[in-house]
Order: sequence, then C-alpha cells, then structure tokens
Amino acid sequence: MSGHKLELQEVVKSFGDKPVLSGVDLVLDRHEVVCLIGSSGSGKSTLLKCVNLLVPIDRGRILVDGTDITAPGVNHNEVRQGMAIVFQAFNLFPHMTVLDNITLGPRKAHGIPRAEAEDRARRLLERFGLAEEAGQYPDRLSGGQQQRVAVIRALATEPDLILLDEITSALDPELIGEVLNVIRELKQMGMTMVVATHEMGFARDVADRVCFLDGGRIVEQGPPGQILSSPRHPRTRQFLQRIVDAGRL
Amino acid sequence: MAEEPGPLDPLEVRGPGFLLGPRPRPGRRRARREGTRGALIAFVSTLVFVGLALWAILSSDAWPAVQRQFFDPESFREVWPEVLGGFWLDVQMFAVAEVLILAFALVLAMIRSLRGPAFFPLRVLVIGYIDLIRGIPIILLILLLGFGVPALQLAGVPNSALFWGVTALVVSYSAYTAEVYRAGIDSVPESQRMSARSLGLTQGQTLRHVLVPQAVRNVTPALLNGFVSLQKDVALVYILGVREAVREAQIYNARTFNYTGYIAAAVLFLLASVPVARFADWYSERDRRRRQAMSA
Repeated sequence: MSGHKLELQEVVKSFGDKPVLSGVDLVLDRHEVVCLIGSSGSGKSTLLKCVNLLVPIDRGRILVDGTDITAPGVNHNEVRQGMAIVFQAFNLFPHMTVLDNITLGPRKAHGIPRAEAEDRARRLLERFGLAEEAGQYPDRLSGGQQQRVAVIRALATEPDLILLDEITSALDPELIGEVLNVIRELKQMGMTMVVATHEMGFARDVADRVCFLDGGRIVEQGPPGQILSSPRHPRTRQFLQRIVDAGRL
Repeated sequence: MAEEPGPLDPLEVRGPGFLLGPRPRPGRRRARREGTRGALIAFVSTLVFVGLALWAILSSDAWPAVQRQFFDPESFREVWPEVLGGFWLDVQMFAVAEVLILAFALVLAMIRSLRGPAFFPLRVLVIGYIDLIRGIPIILLILLLGFGVPALQLAGVPNSALFWGVTALVVSYSAYTAEVYRAGIDSVPESQRMSARSLGLTQGQTLRHVLVPQAVRNVTPALLNGFVSLQKDVALVYILGVREAVREAQIYNARTFNYTGYIAAAVLFLLASVPVARFADWYSERDRRRRQAMSA
C-alpha cells in the first residue's frame, strides 16, 4: 500500500465530445493542502467531483489510501463517507435547520445516534462562532455564515479528506475572510485538503503546493512561492499576469 | 381582481383571507379605491348577466315542467336524508382513497426517480404502470375491477363493489399523482442531490430526507387540485351499485320519476368542494408570497 492519501492516475473525463480532464496525475500525502488554480473551465471543479464519485471518470484511476475507488463494484456510499466536499453555492438543505443540516450525514450515513450527533454539531458550531444559529433555517443566514455551516456539515462526518470547490466564489468580498479563516484552522488541525480557488493570496498562504490546471491537465505544480512568483510555464505566466492585471494578486 | 403587489412581509399572518382572497393593504388608498371600483363593475356586470340568463330560463315554456322535475321542494325534503346518507359514504370513500393515493403515488414517484442501471427493471415497471393506467378511462377501470375481479371468484379476495370501486380510484389517481410528485422531485435542484450523496447518503435516504420534503412543498397546490377532483370522482362508483349520493338520487328517480335528488347531490358535492378549492388558492398565494419574500 502506498503512503499517499490520494492519487490520481491519468484521469480522463469528457462531457459529450467536450474533453474536460485530459490525463490528470496528482498525488497528495496525508496532511497536505493542495490548491488548484486555473481559469474557469480548466477542470478544477470536475476534478473534485470525480474524486467524490459524483461524476464518473472515463479513463484512469483514482486511489484513496492506496485503494482504487474507481474500480467496478466499489461501494460509492462507503467511499464518500471517508471524504467530504463543499460546494461553491453552499447547497445547504433549505427545509432543515442548521443543526439538522449538520447532523443528517452523521445520523443517516454513519449511524450515529441523534443526541451524540447533535452534541458534536453544537461543539463544532461553537468552535466556529455559529452556536447561536443552530436552530435557524439557512435562508436566515448571511452567505458567509451559510458557507461556514456547509464546511461544518462536511467536517461533521469526520472525513480524512476534504474537497473545497471554489467555496468563496459566490460570496461578497467582505464575507470571504471569515470562510477562509475556517479553512486555515482546518489546515492547523492537519486536515488533508484539495482546494479549488480563485483566491491567489489565500493559496499562497495556506497551500503546501499549488497546481495550475489548463486545458484539463496539470501544467505546472510546485510550492506556492515558486508558482505564484516565478512560474515556469508560459500558460501559467499568462494566467497569473491576467490576475495581476485585474488587481487580484 | 388584479391587486397591485403590496410590500412583502413574510411573517404576516393571514387570517381568514383564504375565504376572501388577498386583503387590501393598508397605506395603499389609491390602489384600494381603484380595486373597489373594479369590484363594483365586476359585481354589477355579473348581476346583469346572471339576471338575463335566469330570465331566459324562467320565461321559457318548458320551465314549469323542469321545475317540477328538478326543483320540487317536496321531493327535495323527501330525498334529502337518503342522499345525505349516501354522501357520507362518498366522504368516507374519499378519505380512505386519498390517503392511499398520496402514499402509493409517492412510492411510485420515488421508484421512478431512482438512478442507475440496477433500478432499470423497477423503473420500467413503474413507467409501464403509469402509462397503462393513464391510458384507460377511469370509468372503465371501475367497471373492469368492480365487475371483473369478483367474477373471478378467487378465494380470499373481497367481492364487495365498494372495495373494488375505491381500489379502481386509487389505482387510477395514483398514476396521475405519481407524475405530480415526480415533477416536484425534478424541480429540486440537482445540487441538492449531489450534496446529500456527498455526505454518504444512499439514493433512498437522499430521496426521503432531502428531495421528497422539498418536492412535496413545491407541488402542494397541484396535490390539492387533485383532492378537489377526487372529491367528485368518488361518485363514479355509483355505476357498481354502491349506494352513495348519486346512486340514492338515481334510486329515488327510478321510483318517482323526479330528478330533484340529483340536485340535492350536486348541492352536497358543491358544499364540500368549494372550501377545498378556496383553501388551495389561498395556500398557493401564500406560498408564492413566501417565495418572493425569500428571494428578495
């Protein structure tokens, strides 16, 4: 068994005749935080959904703890119970309170009794400054609060791997900070994370490694300092130049 | 009556508004004045139209005969207890059938919404059922089940016309109601399904805890519409000889050659269905306002 937490081998995915991932290789060790950067449509989001088995891949393999999760006959529900994904649009369940949103996964998928699940949920809410909101419905919360609840909902299933899919892209600028702080805290806890993001400052700050995706491939990867300051590949340079021009770096 | 949309207040508790429609909003005098004038015009024109129609009917040469046949007070008094007793059976049939329909249709819709090749045979079965049943007139289903099944003389199978009549209604309405539920399930965004699955929930759990609760809220007005429809369609089982309101009226008619019993039955069905229709409207309107308030 390899020591890697996550390993993608030659992953290929098309939607119809439109290739989205054309041979992605990526290795992640335990406690490592990898940021995926790249323009919209470069395949970041699809890559995360493939890892979570929400989108079936066409070719290649995805290994978690050395086990091929894309092999036929693998129980998808069990695979998903070991990891969590947070989406750009929060996707909280609007008909449930914050507390029920958080405890649904632990109770139904992991069979944890309600009292215990609620106890843990309340502790998580407290830790991230949302204790007051436990009984609220999602539409009563700000975008930043909703996204923090979504992160807590993901955490509550006690995943070994968290996938974050542009979780600040739908937020007002003044709300981005509170969500990114939560992610920084997760890094300190030693969580293994794959983060698709447009926040270059955040990537520089939190990532152990940055991967630049272009045309469905990882074109360049390395420590954030190197990728963001002195990129080698012309496509990376071009992408970062555009971000600098837009005043986002 | 087109009312100008007032300021939205999601917490506003609307009282008996479901009987009267939207209430004029305070602080909107002009709108209210225009509304009042519009209402007056509508009221007067309706009065004139109904008056003309009544005059045309009442002045026709055949009216006295029709009045004796359909609107005879003496016959009405005589037939009322029987029709009312029959109507009570209609109410019971409706209650039992509606509960079974809501449950069975939901099961059908959930099966139809399952994904993946493993569930293909089940899905095909359900689609086949829905297509078949929706393709047969309900009156034929009642006749076929009501007369056909008892004729088979199967051991342990009920022979009662009442039983098979209600069964036919459940079989037929479930097919339509399943499609209503399915529209509701399809209207829940795909991201909700993904979100639930990503938490490790199975397809069944995702349907039960995430998709169906939202779907049912989305289609409640359509389900209420089905209620109104079924309230009257229960009368169709009269054809099997079940002694509900229409059948009682028919029996009375066969005995006396007077049709007033049918009018009595019509009055009862009206009394039962109009409140439900008003409630359905009131509920949809409240729901629409809530949604607007939410997206504001």
